[in-house]
Amino acid sequence: MQFEEQNGVKRFEQTVLPHLATAYNLARWLTRNEQEAEDLVQEAYLRAFKFFDSFRGPSSRAWLLAIVRNCFYSRYSKKGQDMTIVFEEELHGGLSEDLNPEILVLRSVNNQLLKTALEELPVEYREVIVLRELEELSYKEIAELAGIPIGTVMSRLARARKRLLQRLTNDSSREASFDL
Amino acid sequence: MTCKEMQYLLNAYSDGELDLISSLDIEQHLPDCIACNRLYQNQQTLKAALKSSDLYFQPPADLQKRVQAVLRKPEVTPTSSLRPNRRRWLVMAASLSGIMLIAWSLGRILSLPSADELLAQEVVASHIRSLMPGHLTDVVSSNQHTVKPWFNGKLDFSPPVEDLAANDFKLVGGRLDYLNNRSVATLIYQRRDHYINVFIWPSSANAIEKAQNLSRQGYNILHWTRANMTFWAVSDLNTTELGDFGRFFQNVVGFTPIYQSQ
Repeated sequence: MQFEEQNGVKRFEQTVLPHLATAYNLARWLTRNEQEAEDLVQEAYLRAFKFFDSFRGPSSRAWLLAIVRNCFYSRYSKKGQDMTIVFEEELHGGLSEDLNPEILVLRSVNNQLLKTALEELPVEYREVIVLRELEELSYKEIAELAGIPIGTVMSRLARARKRLLQRLTNDSSREASFDL
Repeated sequence: MTCKEMQYLLNAYSDGELDLISSLDIEQHLPDCIACNRLYQNQQTLKAALKSSDLYFQPPADLQKRVQAVLRKPEVTPTSSLRPNRRRWLVMAASLSGIMLIAWSLGRILSLPSADELLAQEVVASHIRSLMPGHLTDVVSSNQHTVKPWFNGKLDFSPPVEDLAANDFKLVGGRLDYLNNRSVATLIYQRRDHYINVFIWPSSANAIEKAQNLSRQGYNILHWTRANMTFWAVSDLNTTELGDFGRFFQNVVGFTPIYQSQ
């Protein structure tokens, strides 16, 4: 019995523990706080361990990320905080803003500014950027992980990037780091 | 496509997630349009910045140890002694894993190959068979007026046949084949040393189906449905050139190109 238990822990650790950095990065971007990210990762690992028997590939990384995300949403939607409700524009007629013919060309991006801009995005937009650009998941993987259609992944990414670019062009216009 | 649609699709294009035909449209459009081009450049700068900067948070050094410690606590391991509240928890866990098992098996059933997937496999198999010596053509001619009548009396429909030599896709000939449980017309085109098989049969669906591209066993496939005909083109040509072929073919046989957009 004792031996079997230890074996189970070992198997779990070999499969899921290598994804610790990935889990922490997502948790950190979701919570925007070091301590809460650590708590969230521990909770997610505990939940993952309890349900490890139900894990059926293919990707233990995507499986763990889905658990991190679920833990986050169940934790914070209870507290009723940190949940920026996004108006789902895709349900209300797509990209309604008119084209801006004077789109400026960004030459470079200030790192600190980018970090702040990403942190300030509503959580639904923030997570798709993190999953796509930092974790390099495909649209399909993100759709499965977040339980949303691929079309929604695409429209959320479009809006997230649009907001980031607006923020970066507005802020950097003061530093005149773009081409007129 | 309008610039607005184009700019919406640019995201998927930058991510390499856009279908072939829309990607080609964007590539044609970008050099001509300042607004779209600038947006594209901005997206590229943003993507590069997100990748290169230190936005990836590394976990504290001791987090792994703490996680391992939590896992090794006796009350965590599922097989430890059964206190009453633990038993209740176990029953819950058991029923939950039961539900998950059902969901999983349902998923397995649903992920059985679809009709299109089976057809794609058949198309690739036919293509490979046609490349074996002596199997490529039943009628050898680069003249569409020879190939088209050749199908008379052999099929219960008349497939559109056009030579695309002007676009550097030479018509090599025609062949009868058997796909999707019926006899189908096959046109063979050649670019350089690459052959393209186009399988054509009447479609039961009246709908206009958007062009879709797939890849199986190293072969690229493009299929679309138009004017009550289903077309499947398969080749070892790269996706860009096969996409070109699809566009030329659709243009020449009098159908406007169709775009897949989400």
